[in-house]
Amino acid sequence: MSGAGRSYEKLVFELSAPGRIAFSLPEPDVPAADVSSLIPARYLRQAPPELPEVSEVDVVRHYSRLSQLNYGVDTHFYPLGSCTMKYNPKLNEDMARVPGFARVHPLAPAEVSQGALRLMYELSAYLAEIAGMDAVSLQPAAGAQGELAGVLMIRAYHLANGEKRTKVLIPDSAHGTNPASTAIAGFRVVQIKSERTGEVDLLDLDRNLDTDTAAFMITLPNTLGLFETRITEIVELCHAKGVQIYMDGANLNAILGITRPGDLGFDVCHFNLHKTFTTPHGGGGPGAGPVGVKSHLEPFLPVPVVTRTGKPARDERRRRDEAQESDESRAGQPRDESEHSATYSLDWKRPKSIGKLQAFWGNFGMLVRAYTYIRTMGPAGLRSVSDNAVLNANYIMKRLEAHYDLGAPGPCMHECVLSARRQKQRGVTAMDVAKRLLDLGFYAPSTYFPLIVDEALMIEPTETESKETLDAFCEAMIQIAREADASPEVPRSAPVLTPVRRLDQTLAARQPNLRWKPPASGLHP
Amino acid sequence: MRYISNTPAQQREMLAVIGAGSIEELLARVPAKARLSRPLELPAPLAEHDLIQHLRRLGAQNADADSHVCFLGAGAYDHLIPSPINHLISRGEFFTAYTPYQPEASQGTLRTIYEYQTMIAELVGMDVANASIYDGGSALAEAALMAHAVTGREEIVVSAGVNPLYQRVMRTYAEGPALRLTRVALAGGVTPLDAATPAVSGDTAALVIQSPNFYGCLEDVAETAAVAHAAGALLIVVTDPVNLGVLLPPGASGADIVVGEGQGLGVPMSFGGPNLGVFATRYDLVRRMPGRLAGATVDLEGRRGFVLTLQTREQHIRREKATSNICTNVALCALMATIYMATLGKQGLVRVGQLSAAKAHYAAGVLGEIPGVRLRFEAPFFKEFTLELPKAPERIVRRLLKDRILAGVPLGQFDRALRNCLLVAVTEKRSRAEIDTLAQALRRALA
Amino acid sequence: MASVPEGLRYTREHEWAKAEGDRVRVGITAYAQDQLGDVVFVELPAVGAAVRQMQGFGVVESVKAVSDLFAPIDGTVAEVNAALGSTPELVNQDPYGKGWIIVITPSDPAQLESLMTAGDYEAFIASGGH
Repeated sequence: MSGAGRSYEKLVFELSAPGRIAFSLPEPDVPAADVSSLIPARYLRQAPPELPEVSEVDVVRHYSRLSQLNYGVDTHFYPLGSCTMKYNPKLNEDMARVPGFARVHPLAPAEVSQGALRLMYELSAYLAEIAGMDAVSLQPAAGAQGELAGVLMIRAYHLANGEKRTKVLIPDSAHGTNPASTAIAGFRVVQIKSERTGEVDLLDLDRNLDTDTAAFMITLPNTLGLFETRITEIVELCHAKGVQIYMDGANLNAILGITRPGDLGFDVCHFNLHKTFTTPHGGGGPGAGPVGVKSHLEPFLPVPVVTRTGKPARDERRRRDEAQESDESRAGQPRDESEHSATYSLDWKRPKSIGKLQAFWGNFGMLVRAYTYIRTMGPAGLRSVSDNAVLNANYIMKRLEAHYDLGAPGPCMHECVLSARRQKQRGVTAMDVAKRLLDLGFYAPSTYFPLIVDEALMIEPTETESKETLDAFCEAMIQIAREADASPEVPRSAPVLTPVRRLDQTLAARQPNLRWKPPASGLHP
Repeated sequence: MRYISNTPAQQREMLAVIGAGSIEELLARVPAKARLSRPLELPAPLAEHDLIQHLRRLGAQNADADSHVCFLGAGAYDHLIPSPINHLISRGEFFTAYTPYQPEASQGTLRTIYEYQTMIAELVGMDVANASIYDGGSALAEAALMAHAVTGREEIVVSAGVNPLYQRVMRTYAEGPALRLTRVALAGGVTPLDAATPAVSGDTAALVIQSPNFYGCLEDVAETAAVAHAAGALLIVVTDPVNLGVLLPPGASGADIVVGEGQGLGVPMSFGGPNLGVFATRYDLVRRMPGRLAGATVDLEGRRGFVLTLQTREQHIRREKATSNICTNVALCALMATIYMATLGKQGLVRVGQLSAAKAHYAAGVLGEIPGVRLRFEAPFFKEFTLELPKAPERIVRRLLKDRILAGVPLGQFDRALRNCLLVAVTEKRSRAEIDTLAQALRRALA
Repeated sequence: MASVPEGLRYTREHEWAKAEGDRVRVGITAYAQDQLGDVVFVELPAVGAAVRQMQGFGVVESVKAVSDLFAPIDGTVAEVNAALGSTPELVNQDPYGKGWIIVITPSDPAQLESLMTAGDYEAFIASGGH
């Protein structure tokens, strides 16, 4: 964090001075401007809301100082496992702000939204190709919504076949959203054990697979960073009982251009655009969680579906790509005739659709960013993303395996899981390691996840980090391991250089203080 | 490739340390039969300038609110976005950070969430607000699930004045727990109490209304609250927080859960997403509330600090028994809203509401003078109203596009009974000249 | 770790049950509160609610975990420890005393005999507590 001297401690309410303003609004230019003459009093506030009164300078300085209290990918190595904290390209930000994207209302008529609809259609096609799926919906707002959409489609599929299956199987290594989404969709969750290697226990899976099972959800590579070597067998076991198999795409960064869920036999998967496809994490979103399906699930996609009319289906993608490439290389010249005949629209006639996850069509601003990224990288670029992600994670694993226990034996894919088991014997836990890393200038890896590894440290460097950064991180981790041995009180009392140290989580939960109250009370209308 | 730092030489050094001859060796676990034998069939990469040209061309095909005058509403509004917001949220420490799992390195994000929670709760008149849900529709769906969990009841009674797209989202979320959705039709553009009262019973978990409702009309929240509470049901109110500088907040009228769309609080319209789902409730229901919460606490040295709290409700701990499956929400949009609410502040939000309402009423007046055009409902409205037209609204909208006017949302797509109606929204950004131009263009189109 | 009190009975879910005349007092063990960490909230049933053996009757929440509370025997809730509302930490500080959670009027007092003795429970937690 930057900012020399004493740390900044204010809340915006504490900068307030009555009468100060930060806004610029015009004077009313219509005759009857007094709201109380237009609207009956019973609908109106008697006093203004208690919001701050600050100047624009106050606003800019306050939020700029607050930003300096954060670590972000732009300033720090941020190896949160399964979050894929890769560099967020600035070109994506510029393109999302193009007025023809940012200033468009979702209910503008389709004929004057063709650019937006075409972008969505093409992005769907790109994601379908990347995952080997037949159709994609861009509507889900995040991975968890993508999961919910996927499980609801599976439910609808079984019901359409006259079957009411009630269970979904989920590995004990899964991210919490998997069982949570499944429960919302009305299924009972059955946990499947993992072996010591971190892979799915096939016997336990087989034991639990039956015709009452709707789906098996699995993350690939799994949350230990390992590719399930027996995935083909797993898919066969599931399909033999009519069970649909779902891939949680959180770890897609490991397999771009290497393998595809569709080719592995998956029926449905979701994508996290804010992970693999560089849309920024924003401090906790917005993300986007598109969902991809094989053709047997296509009728159940969320509604509306972005469609294209006016062109034959066969070879459409290739001709479009060729048209686009020739389009770009002949910039300024009239576009290919085939382009002019295409019309994009929102298709609402989807009687079997599971319905809607959001009011409108998807997190379009994030879709623009992902589209820009995919058009920047191209096929070879995306392949090199995964190659380098896997290389970087294995490099860290190799450099640290003498100092920390491994969550599972290597090689790993795009992330590795270590355990601070050894350090715990000296009283230094995974949390202490994480806090000490903050002092040494790194954001910490994920801790205590996956649940099946004790004192887990889940490290995902991503492909955008350099060897120099990885070396600096490994040296810091080795230093902490040495401190755990020789002077454990150092990591245990970390962090010391951050604006605050070891916040009292118990107090926060026992006496929840969830909003600021002015020191003297009684200011509410 | 500018986003990947390692050179081939460095890759070789790293492989040597790992003890592998090639990256291929590291991929040995992937079954050979499943390996892609060809490159992905995607367009070749575009250099930055070419890509910018391509995307600008795509953008130019869309009628945006800079090149056209926007009178569209129905859940997304062209409100002023003050200039500092984009600059501040574009600071890398804000937009490239993630969930504040390590609070010591995330006090910027956590403190802004706390400020957001405070200002939203104040604005909607409730005790506590969460850090965001995805949008108004999913916030409503989550509220329905919460009401079901709190009351143990399985029916949700919904006014037809609630945004129809939100109702569809709620229906999707209601599938799993098999909640029954019962509709109460509007009368005169508002929810009739004598229809709502018999609809609510001991089976009802919640009664849901929206104010101003989808058709622009103001609802009687306090009286509807009484109907809900008499049957032991919760009242869920859907609202638009940017209106609440002027309008009485639902919390002051007995709402138990307030949800809505915060896009008007400084979030770009962006063809419908990302948005900002607002969610607030009573303090005694806080442990049932979905979504993240930032709370104040102290550190080792007694300094004030902020952490995510009450996390055991959430999916990463409670898993299938969690209050919701939500993980990533829309933190950066909530930050836009936080800065918006600080920038507009106490006085500004009142002015935004006053200007929007005044201009909307002026517009309703001049449009209503056009022969054949009238206000469809007599109920009081705020910044949006339903106009009945003598010609098909879709045709009128298409005509007015030629004048670079986005005239309004034809309502036939939502309700066949209103297929001759157009929903018109007027914000503080619409000048009298623009409104007069709309009236002239509409008059011409109907002549 | 202090030794497990004699004279109480124990469940496999780490609740203790103490006969007090014609009623049974229930809480969680020292082992359980240690596993949970600082207790921040206890969700109590209503007085008069029916409880069934090994069915959930409430929830105990710490900063990092949530655990269901399971009734050791069938019966009705006679009393709940309202002090836990403002001081949930009593569960950590005095799990067998002031940190009690509910009192049950049993429908079949003989059910207590089916629970583990102190010795059984000690052996149970020594072998992993699952």
